[in-house]
Amino acid sequence: MRRRLRAAISAGWWEALGRLGLSHERWTALPTTVRRAVKAVIWTGISLLLVAFLGVWQWSALPMAAVVLVLVVPRYGGVTIRGRKVGRYIIPLAVLAIAITYPFYAYSADGVSPGLPQLPIFGTFPLMSTMVNMGIFSMMALGLNFVVGYAGLLDLGYVAFFAIGSYMAGWLASSQFSQVNIRFGGIGVIQGLTGIHISIWLVLIAAGIVTALAGVIIGLPTLRLRGDYLAIVTLGFGEILPIVARNGDSLGGFNLTNGTGGITPIDPPGFGNWFHHHLGLPANYGALGTTFDRDYFWTVLVLLLLTIFCSARLRDSRLGRAWIAIREDEVAAAAMGIPLMRTKTWAYATGAFFGGVAGAYYASYNGSSNPDEFYFQISVFILVMVILGGMGNIWGVILGACFLTYLNSEGLNNIGAWLNGHFGPGGSDFQIWHTPLDVPLYNFGIYGVILVVVMLLRPEGLIPSRRRAAEFHEGVHDQPLYDAAV
Amino acid sequence: MTEALLQTHSLRKEFGGLVAVDDVDFVVPEGSIVSLIGPNGAGKTTFFNMLTGVYQPTAGAVVFAGEDMTGKPPHAYTQRGIGRTFQNIRLFQNMTALENVLVGMHTRLKGNLIGAILRTPRVKHEEGDARARARELLEYSGLRRKDSVIGRNLSYGDQRRLEVARALATEPKLLLLDEPTAGMNPQETAEFTDFVARLRADRDLTVLLIEHDMRVVMGVSDRVTVLDYGEKIAEGTPSDIQKNDRVIEAYLGSAAVSTS
Repeated sequence: MRRRLRAAISAGWWEALGRLGLSHERWTALPTTVRRAVKAVIWTGISLLLVAFLGVWQWSALPMAAVVLVLVVPRYGGVTIRGRKVGRYIIPLAVLAIAITYPFYAYSADGVSPGLPQLPIFGTFPLMSTMVNMGIFSMMALGLNFVVGYAGLLDLGYVAFFAIGSYMAGWLASSQFSQVNIRFGGIGVIQGLTGIHISIWLVLIAAGIVTALAGVIIGLPTLRLRGDYLAIVTLGFGEILPIVARNGDSLGGFNLTNGTGGITPIDPPGFGNWFHHHLGLPANYGALGTTFDRDYFWTVLVLLLLTIFCSARLRDSRLGRAWIAIREDEVAAAAMGIPLMRTKTWAYATGAFFGGVAGAYYASYNGSSNPDEFYFQISVFILVMVILGGMGNIWGVILGACFLTYLNSEGLNNIGAWLNGHFGPGGSDFQIWHTPLDVPLYNFGIYGVILVVVMLLRPEGLIPSRRRAAEFHEGVHDQPLYDAAV
Repeated sequence: MTEALLQTHSLRKEFGGLVAVDDVDFVVPEGSIVSLIGPNGAGKTTFFNMLTGVYQPTAGAVVFAGEDMTGKPPHAYTQRGIGRTFQNIRLFQNMTALENVLVGMHTRLKGNLIGAILRTPRVKHEEGDARARARELLEYSGLRRKDSVIGRNLSYGDQRRLEVARALATEPKLLLLDEPTAGMNPQETAEFTDFVARLRADRDLTVLLIEHDMRVVMGVSDRVTVLDYGEKIAEGTPSDIQKNDRVIEAYLGSAAVSTS
C-alpha cells in the first residue's frame, strides 16, 4: 500500500515536471541542493496558495514560509564552527527559538487576536493554553518513552504516576490539610490561609522523587512479569489509583483527596517578590490572567528541555545501552551481566519521575487536581503519542505528543467548525448533513483511525529511531528456541 | 592437576517427568580447554544453561572458583567471571557491533544514572576507555572496521565472532562456547579452532565448549566429557574418548561396537 502510494505520487510529480519542460534526465543532472530547493519552494508555494484561498490570509505567512525554507533547504549536517561539529544542533536550536518567541508573534499583545494566518481546515494556530498542555504532555510522553521506547516494557497504567504527581501538588501547595499551617515559599497565599503551602518549584522536585519511589515500589513485584502480563498488572494499577483518589475523601475518617471534588485551588508557580524586584522574574504566574499563559509556557519549555537533556544523556549511557539490550533480547542481556530487575526498575523510576513532575506542574497550572483527569484513556493517549511519533526517538515522541495534544485541545474543534461551516447546516458551500456535527465527541475514534493509518503507512512512527526502523523493515528476529523463564 | 575453576556436584535438571541432566559431576580445571559432546538431545545445552544461571537446577550445585553459585541470577555468574555465547546466535540485532561489545562490559563499568545525566569527568573517562577497549576487542576477534555495522547486517561468521567478542568483553575467567562452529565451512572452522587456542594463550582463559565437529574437539581440547540422555557416560583425553566403547555406541549404535 505504502509503495503504491509512493509510486502514484512520484508518477504525478514527473508528469507535472514534464509539462514544464523538465525531463527526468535534466532533473537528475541538477545539483542536490538545487533539487531540494526547487521541491521545497514548490511545496511552500502550494501551502501558501492553500492558506490564501481556503484559510484567512495574513502577511505574516511570508516570513513564516521564509523561515521554513531556510530550515529545510540547506543540509546542516556538516556545519562546523572552529572544527567542532555543530550541524546537528542547528535545526533543534532553530525550532527552540521559534518556540520561545511563539507568544510574541502568534498572538497580538492582548493575547487573544491571532497574529498568524489561519490554515484551511485546522484554523488558527494553537492558543497559549494549548501550547502549555503540549509541553506537559511531551514531558509525560518522554517519561513513558523511557519505559516503552527504551526498555521495551509495555506500561498501560502510566496515568497513575501523573496522578501521584498531581496530588503531590495538591497536598503540598493548597489548603487541603487545614489542620496544619506550613508555609515555605508558597505564592499568592493570602494572610490567614491554613494548609501546606510550599513553593511549586520544590513541589515539582518532591513530586518527581515521590513518584519515582512509587515507580520502584510498584516495579519491584511487577517487573518480574514478562510482556503481556506486565501490561495487565500496570493496567490494573492505572485503574486502582484514580479510584482511590475518587474515594479518598474519607480514608478512615481522613480526607486525603477530597473525593470527586478534587483539590482546589492549588497555588500557582511564581518566584515571589524578592526575585521579581531583583532579577525581574515573574512574582506570581496566577496573577497574570488566564488568557495569557506566556510564563507557564516558558517554564514548561524549560522543564521539557531538562527532560530532553536527561533522555538524550541516559540513552547514550551505560544504563541506556542496558535498557535497549533488554528490549532486544532479555536472555542475552542477562547473560551479559545486566541485572534485569534493577535495570528495569531504573527505567520505571526514571519514567515515573518525569510523569510526576509533569503531573505536579499540570495541577499547578490548572489550579486543581481532579480524579476525572486520570482515566485509563489518558494512559492510552500517552502511549499512542509515543507509538505515533516513533518509539525510542526523542523528537518523534515530542512530535506525537504535540500533535495529539493539539488535536485534543482545539484541533478537533477547529476541524469540526470548518466541516460544519462548509458542509453542515447553513454551510456556505453545499450542505451534506443537517444537524451540526460534534467532531470532538469522536476524538478517540479519530485517534484510532490516525493510528491505524500511520501504522499502515509508516509502522515505525513519524520520526522513528534508527533501530526501530530497522526492526520494522527487516522483520523482527524472534528466536525463543528455548525460554529462560523456567 | 591444577585447581578446578568450575565444578558441578550431581547436577540435575528435570522438565516435568523428563530428566534432561541426570546427576552430573563435572570438573573444569583452570587453564584447560574442555569439550562437552554428545548426540542431539543429550542435555548439553541444558547443562550449559545451568552453568550460567539461565536455568535453575532441580538438584545439585554449581561451584565456580570456590563459590557456590546455585540459585543466583544469570548476571551474578557473569559478574564472577563466566562469559558465554549462544547456540542460536543471540546478538542485540539492532545495535551496532561496538554497542554489543559495550553491553558486554556492563558489569565492569560503574557509571550510574546521575553520573550519566551530569556526564561527570569520571563517567566520561570511563566511557572513553570502554570504547577504546571495545574497539580493541573487535579487532582482536577479527572484526576490524565493523564497529558501526548493525548486528543483523553482519555476515554469519562475523556474527559468531561478535558473540565471542561480546562474551570476552565481560572479562571472563571461564568462557563457555555453545556450538561456536555450527554452520561454518571447514576453513572458517579451522580458523576458529586456532582462535580458541590463541584465546587461552593470550588471555589466561579457561574454555568450555559444546561442539559437534570432532576435528575441533579432538584438535583443541585437553579433556572431553560425553553426555548421553543426560548422563555422563565418559570423560578423558580426546584419544581415550575415541576408543571408548560407550561413546561409540552412543554415537553409532550398539551394532558398531559388536562388529568392531
